[in-house]
Amino acid sequence: MSSPASPSAASGQVAHIVYVLRENPVTALSFALFGFIVLSALIGPYVVPYDPLATNSARALEAPSAAHWFGTDQLGRDVFSRVIVATRLDLTISVAAVAISFVIGAFLGAVAGYWGGWIDALLNRILDTIMAFPLFILAMGIVAALGNSVENIIYATAIINIPFYARVVRAEVNIRREAGFALAARLAGNSHARVLAFHIFPNALPPMMVQVSLNMGWAILNAAGLSFIGLGVRPPTPEWGIMVAEGANFIVSGHWWIALFPGLWLMLAVFTFNLMGDGLRDIVDPRRRT
Amino acid sequence: MLSVKDLVVGFRTRRGAVEAVRGISFDLSPGETLGIVGESGSGKSVTSYALMRILDAGGSISAGEISWNGQDLRRAREGAMRAIRGREISMIFQNPRAALNPIRKIGKQIEDVLLQHGRAGRRDAKAKAIEALEAVKIRDAAARYHAYPFELSGGMCQRVVIAIALACNPKLLIADEPTTGLDITTQKAVMDLVRELISARGMSAIIITHDLGLAAQYSDRLAVMKDGEIVESGASATLFAAARHPYTRKLIDATPRPGVAIRELLPAEARSPEPPHSPGRRKLIEVVGLEKTFAGKSGPVQAVKGISFDIREGQSVGLVGESGCGKSTTSAMLVRLLDPSAGAIVFDGSDIAGIPADRFARDPRRGRIQMVFQDATDSLNPRHNAFDAIAEPLRRLGGMSGKRLGVRVDELAHLTGLPGHLLTRYPHQLSGGQKARVGIARAIALDPDFLILDEPTAALDVSIQAVVLNLLADLRARLNMTYLFVSHDLNVVRLLCDHVLVMRDGLIVEAGPSARVMQDPEHPYTRALLAAAPKPPVLDRLPGETVKAAE
Amino acid sequence: MAGRGHPVLWRLAQTIPVIAGVVVISFILTRALPGDPAVQFAGLAATPESIAQVREALGLDKPLIQQFLIYCGALLQGDLGRSVVTGQPVVTDLAMRLPASLELTLTALLLACLVAIPLGLLAAVHQGSWIDQLCRVVVTAGVSLPTFFTGILLIYVFYYLLGWAPSPLGRLDFIYFDPPRVTGFHLIDTLIDGDTETFFGALRQIALPAITLALFTLAPIARMTRAAMLGALSSDYIRTARAAGLSPSKVLFGYAFRNALLPVVTTLGMVFSFVLGANVLVEKVFAWPGIGSYAVEALVQSDYAAVQGFVLAMALLFVLLNLLIDLSYALIDPRIGFSAK
Repeated sequence: MSSPASPSAASGQVAHIVYVLRENPVTALSFALFGFIVLSALIGPYVVPYDPLATNSARALEAPSAAHWFGTDQLGRDVFSRVIVATRLDLTISVAAVAISFVIGAFLGAVAGYWGGWIDALLNRILDTIMAFPLFILAMGIVAALGNSVENIIYATAIINIPFYARVVRAEVNIRREAGFALAARLAGNSHARVLAFHIFPNALPPMMVQVSLNMGWAILNAAGLSFIGLGVRPPTPEWGIMVAEGANFIVSGHWWIALFPGLWLMLAVFTFNLMGDGLRDIVDPRRRT
Repeated sequence: MLSVKDLVVGFRTRRGAVEAVRGISFDLSPGETLGIVGESGSGKSVTSYALMRILDAGGSISAGEISWNGQDLRRAREGAMRAIRGREISMIFQNPRAALNPIRKIGKQIEDVLLQHGRAGRRDAKAKAIEALEAVKIRDAAARYHAYPFELSGGMCQRVVIAIALACNPKLLIADEPTTGLDITTQKAVMDLVRELISARGMSAIIITHDLGLAAQYSDRLAVMKDGEIVESGASATLFAAARHPYTRKLIDATPRPGVAIRELLPAEARSPEPPHSPGRRKLIEVVGLEKTFAGKSGPVQAVKGISFDIREGQSVGLVGESGCGKSTTSAMLVRLLDPSAGAIVFDGSDIAGIPADRFARDPRRGRIQMVFQDATDSLNPRHNAFDAIAEPLRRLGGMSGKRLGVRVDELAHLTGLPGHLLTRYPHQLSGGQKARVGIARAIALDPDFLILDEPTAALDVSIQAVVLNLLADLRARLNMTYLFVSHDLNVVRLLCDHVLVMRDGLIVEAGPSARVMQDPEHPYTRALLAAAPKPPVLDRLPGETVKAAE
Repeated sequence: MAGRGHPVLWRLAQTIPVIAGVVVISFILTRALPGDPAVQFAGLAATPESIAQVREALGLDKPLIQQFLIYCGALLQGDLGRSVVTGQPVVTDLAMRLPASLELTLTALLLACLVAIPLGLLAAVHQGSWIDQLCRVVVTAGVSLPTFFTGILLIYVFYYLLGWAPSPLGRLDFIYFDPPRVTGFHLIDTLIDGDTETFFGALRQIALPAITLALFTLAPIARMTRAAMLGALSSDYIRTARAAGLSPSKVLFGYAFRNALLPVVTTLGMVFSFVLGANVLVEKVFAWPGIGSYAVEALVQSDYAAVQGFVLAMALLFVLLNLLIDLSYALIDPRIGFSAK
């Protein structure tokens, strides 16, 4: 839309974001953490001190020290390097999964929410059926059926996330379908498809972005959970879930660092996305602030 | 009995402390009814919550005295306040259905109050609750005792709220917008009931409302509030006849009432002569046997049951009825957003009822039939600024862009009295009246022949309603438009329309020239509608006569 | 409700298409996906002959529709196939191990509700106070904690460092004998047997996995309780109740809490979905002999009949739980309720 720029509106928006960040330092912290995580995914592999795959039996199972910040594992690999390098893979899996489910879910939900009728009924049936499975278990079943690979982990995570997006978008579109501004857009000569795409959908985006952020954490947890039970990523590839699984065997003998650090990093990533989701909600919709 | 002195109520908000009530004082004697009138944001409801000490979180009484029969309510302990609430001072609210606990039987909700204040024991609670329901004239009270709020109509729910409030025979009833959201005939029934009950029990009452006419009819004294202060108070009749404060004057002027012309709603200094407006002969719209049936959960529901009427070029026709009468369905079909089940809509000589609503968006006649929506806030896209909202139809249907578009939007803003610098603002940065102007500018952007006004002022304060109605009258004359004005309020419709249609249960029960229908209604339903409208004292008569008129 | 018959029957009827959908999806998962199921079902040590044999035995040479009907027929007889690893029918294996999983899940859920509901309630009533902040931290941390990681952490602290917990291997230390099986729940069966010593042994054993699972579960419950309570407390009927002078406890519990329960009960469905999933991970960490660890074992061994039987069984269990939740919802909400006229 080519409209005259609106400095007052823009500055109001910025002022609001600044207000939210100042009021809630936790949100500001989550944005900083997010930056850190993205950075380690981008440049991590080039800056870590050790090759994450290089074994060194002479220095196996060493506790954290100045040389090995997070210690070494049973094969003498540097846990710190592995944890940082794993960021990229874990983030890729969850971003890809969330992106797939976002696109498919948003499209299905928007169509069903706007047109209703049998499309809506059919979509609801399908979503109900997917939701009738405990989702993590459905993901296990899908990976078992498709075959044990990283791509299939992404597909499985995407499929179990689709219902969330489809439902949010469906609800957001549905309440605006009969809104005055949507009707007015039709009176201005817009077709249904245009009303949906240019008038209703942009208004449904903010709640969706909140959902994306909250969902991201859950997607990371799911993917890590699947690799923890031995699906998808295989050793020696560094990945948080599988590193915790390997470290678990050494916890009863007191070698806590092998499992602790990847687990901590995983937790931090999920925590960041959840906090950011809460913060985004405050920015997007101050009224629903909880 | 009740004495309020210099009451100040403050709220902590994000933008710092705000004073919602800024030093008001009034007294109330036994048996007296006080009406507190004000527009939205005047602090009238906050005053009542402060009296009951049930302010929302963040609100507190920061100064002043409230004395109730010698007791200091501002400093009373919470336990003491609890004994007063419901037993000595009670309250009823707007939106009665939400005011009742949705998952508790209404009888039980009355019992809760009776038991709390020791007015009944476990054994006789049920009998007393049924008694309380009978007192508010709920028929078959013993059976209704077991009903849940969702099983009752809005008016019935308000009766239950009144029953809860009066169950313990309090001495003062505070009614906070008790009829907002109710149909006009229900409104009258509820208010008559309240008046009857309080006078029978010798109670005092405070009626808080935005409707000056309603307050004047049902209270002995009026207090007019603006921006947290009482600007004027006095006996209802005298205040109405001889208001001293300019704001009261403006409010009284703006209240639609019988026998007043549209320009007289405006303050005296703003009354320019009404532009001439004369309907032509040619039929612009001809509706024949229009029907609409929806597929409901329990079988088909016929919302519009075959209606026919004509609208001549340049004519303004009012379509009046209470909620659920089918008037909104009718307007949606006429503006071609909804497909009729049967019947014809002949527009300018050709039937457009057969063109599916989906395809009408690309019909060359799309731009000639437009609509102003009920809720200006809801009808503006939150992500489009005023400029884009007005420009949308010009871009899509007018094929305009660039400089030409900018010139036209400026012109429309000027025409509707919207200051040019507001065009870059987003809906949430505009006031209610400004949003209404944007909605109107958008609707007239393409110079439509036929404009449907769907309760365009229902969400506006009365003083802004007066301005918007006058704007619509000016535009009609200037652009030679034909109006269909849909509203629940005959008194508003009459101001703008030559002809009115009264609708009930999907049928038109009465049609005729406005003046005739107002003065000599034929159908009993029209008579009931007119009788239900609040009757404020008429201005230019003497106070003595006014009281008679009110009764 | 008019024309729809009794609401309970209506709700029961609604589960039929869901179950049909579940069966279709699980059929798709077993047969219709890329990859040769015969190779999968024949196991790791398969020869071309044994694969052909399996294909014929499974009816994979028949048209898809016919295969589906055969699959349904087998399901109706309770036949989920045979596990390659244990050599037993999958149904028998699952039935054997189900009580262990249920005992863990229900204990965790109970624990979570006991903590989460009061926490959410207090946080809503004292909005902005320290307990509200605590609630926020617990909720966000709770959903961020990978269950398998929490479990390992707890084992390290309470077993390795402090030595309070028994070794994280199964339901009962080998020094005890399994109680005579009545319900299959050790905590109940030992009490029926009157064997308090074994009861405490079982309790010590279940404590850590149950706490792990509960930590994860209480977050969504607390969050929903708080939000629902805030919603209820700011609603008009609470103002009416306060204006009528009702006591704070009546307003809080009689009016607000009962209304707030409705959305909380609705979330329980979602919570069950999370718990049943997280259960798998917790069972693996604590070597808990339930159906979750059975499925993980089967996955690692490529024992597909067992995995798919497990997925289907969990789905049916979950459908049943959702049905129970909806029916109990109808008990508290008159708008859907049984008392429809």
